[in-house]
Amino acid sequence: MSAGTLYDKVWELHRVAELPGGATQLFIGLHLIHEVTSPQAFSALRDLGLGVRHPERTVATVDHIVPTTSQARPFADPLAEEMLATLERNCAEHGITLHGLGSGRQGIVHVIAPELGLTQPGMTVACGDSHTSTHGAFGAIAFGIGTSQVRDVLASQSLAMNKLKVRRIRVEGALQSGVAAKDLILHIIRMLGVKAGVGYAYEFAGGTIEALSMEERMTLCNMAIEGGARCGYVNPDATTFAYLQGRPQAPVGEAWARAVDWWRSLASGAEAVFDDEVVFDAALIAPTVTWGITPAQGIGVNETVPTAAQLEPDERPIAEEAYRYMDLVPGAPIAGVPVDVCFIGSCTNGRLSDLRAAAAVAKGRQVAPGIKAFVVPGSEQVAAAAEAEGLDAVFRAAGFEWREPGCSMCLAMNPDRLEGRQISASSSNRNFKGRQGSASGRTLLMSPAMVAAAAVCGHVADVRDLLPATPAASPSPASPSR
Amino acid sequence: MSSSVQPGAASPAPFPSGPIPSCRGRAVAVVGDDIDTDRIIPARFLKCVSFEALAAGAFADDRRELQGDHPFDRPQHQGAAILLVNRNFGCGSSREHAPQALMRWGIRALIGESFSEIFFGNCLVMGIPCLTASHADALALQQAIATDPAAEVVLELEALEVRLLGSVESPGERRWSLSLAQGPHRMLVTGQWDGTSQLVAQDEALRRTASRLPYLSSFVAGSS
Ligand code: SF4
Repeated sequence: MSAGTLYDKVWELHRVAELPGGATQLFIGLHLIHEVTSPQAFSALRDLGLGVRHPERTVATVDHIVPTTSQARPFADPLAEEMLATLERNCAEHGITLHGLGSGRQGIVHVIAPELGLTQPGMTVACGDSHTSTHGAFGAIAFGIGTSQVRDVLASQSLAMNKLKVRRIRVEGALQSGVAAKDLILHIIRMLGVKAGVGYAYEFAGGTIEALSMEERMTLCNMAIEGGARCGYVNPDATTFAYLQGRPQAPVGEAWARAVDWWRSLASGAEAVFDDEVVFDAALIAPTVTWGITPAQGIGVNETVPTAAQLEPDERPIAEEAYRYMDLVPGAPIAGVPVDVCFIGSCTNGRLSDLRAAAAVAKGRQVAPGIKAFVVPGSEQVAAAAEAEGLDAVFRAAGFEWREPGCSMCLAMNPDRLEGRQISASSSNRNFKGRQGSASGRTLLMSPAMVAAAAVCGHVADVRDLLPATPAASPSPASPSR
Repeated sequence: MSSSVQPGAASPAPFPSGPIPSCRGRAVAVVGDDIDTDRIIPARFLKCVSFEALAAGAFADDRRELQGDHPFDRPQHQGAAILLVNRNFGCGSSREHAPQALMRWGIRALIGESFSEIFFGNCLVMGIPCLTASHADALALQQAIATDPAAEVVLELEALEVRLLGSVESPGERRWSLSLAQGPHRMLVTGQWDGTSQLVAQDEALRRTASRLPYLSSFVAGSS
């Protein structure tokens, strides 16, 4: 059983009571809500005759259904309009702050909360969205919840939870140039599988993780859920504090100094005990691309789509399904696979540093003929910052569309969607069948720079070939050691 | 900080809350085996921002087909609280919209020969008991209601039996025994089916926890 980890400390501090059914009631420090999973929860609350216990600890934005072309109200899709209007009504009625369209603070829920300084170390964070694990980048314990749990948090600012085990994922060494946090997490999921994290919280640690920026840590923790872990986190350190200082909701003055002391004390100490540990060598990781229909079906960009014989027996049935669905040839290289749509955005890779990395590849190049390529900033703040440094102009000059912030083609609840059998290079987080809006549409997950490389080449390409001073490395896949 | 109490939604009978010792009202029978959740609420009704308007979707396609002759449309069953069904009721899609639609139409308990597991679980978290009767008893109950739709049905959850009170047309009381697994039975009669109320009930403990969280008190340890 784990002891002395950040997870243990935060769990202990937020414990409210032991419930008759055996679960623990856990206090939730920050509840983030959006238009898709909250309406029924508010209705349920109304039916129960209950109010919102801590409206000041509840923050709303709109992201999933917003169009990224024209955001003029009312939206063209009446259902999308109704969902937003409902959120607005619920927030007004219960005194909840809503960062709406045009507020300057709207965006994907997992982009705006860190940006505003709402997400802080040591908090418990819940949101009706599985990628809430993102907030673990700050040393928060953050997890996605279902609609009835959204109701419970609104009503009681708490949740019935069972304690997780803690697996430390230690990564040491320097990432090669051209290899991003996205490649790191795709590699980890590839090596451990999509179910390995079930029942675990993932602590990401080691020299490589400590060297990552906050935005890179967010990308990493964002996809912990794709590895089956309900939450993932990084211990707070100087990088965390530097990011937070001066953010609108961050503490100031003497409170800031006290906060930093407390935050430091939360990190897993040298004496911390973990239920499990896995170690990776960062230097062996290549830019990674998924070829299948789960995020674990990934390979280095210079590898070939695995044949059934190369896979473990238990991986073969899903691989067979992926061969049929993706129409990729086992044994053939992934590089060179033509793409139709290139999407840069989402809560995984829609932040400023992601757009910079993609723009560095797009700059001075042109999107290949016949390819639809578009960039959706993760938030209004990201959009403004990117525009201020001219990234929008770089993208437009290269033939990318520059859109308004939102979830967009990550899950295609808005008009941005694949059509028919189209195949996308996507910086998002899920390559499930039909995920991007077409029942037969196909998704190749990769880093934003790799998406930009695919856009200008017209096919999957190694971004290292397009960057200056490319190290010519093509290592074999790095295996974890235990 | 305490929760502000707001008036509940307007509805003929209040939605379930707390312990459910019994349930009383007129009954309506929807006869047939393997009635799936697509029939209980067709998919197009899932495009919604709240469960509130789902009553109209309950059995919508079946009702349209029967043009007013579906049990849910017959005048004598309006306001019924107990739904009588047969085998494997609620099979198919896991949509919580199905029990929500039934509850919003007015149903507060179901008696049937068997229920799909997912449907049963969805009902349980809403405080809607799904009780099982033998084949013979289920048919006898349905027959009795067909004969006398105005009869008052009393479902005693504690004793696990259903009573049909006599009316002018058919005086005399009849009763049948029912079954329900022990866990759900205990949860319903003690009120522990309602996760939200268990959490809300910890008001003092919630305050205590909040008061020791540094980020809720300007990072001054121990202040509140
Ligand atoms: S960007 Fe995608 S994964 Fe992230 S919150 Fe939106 S829909 Fe969910």
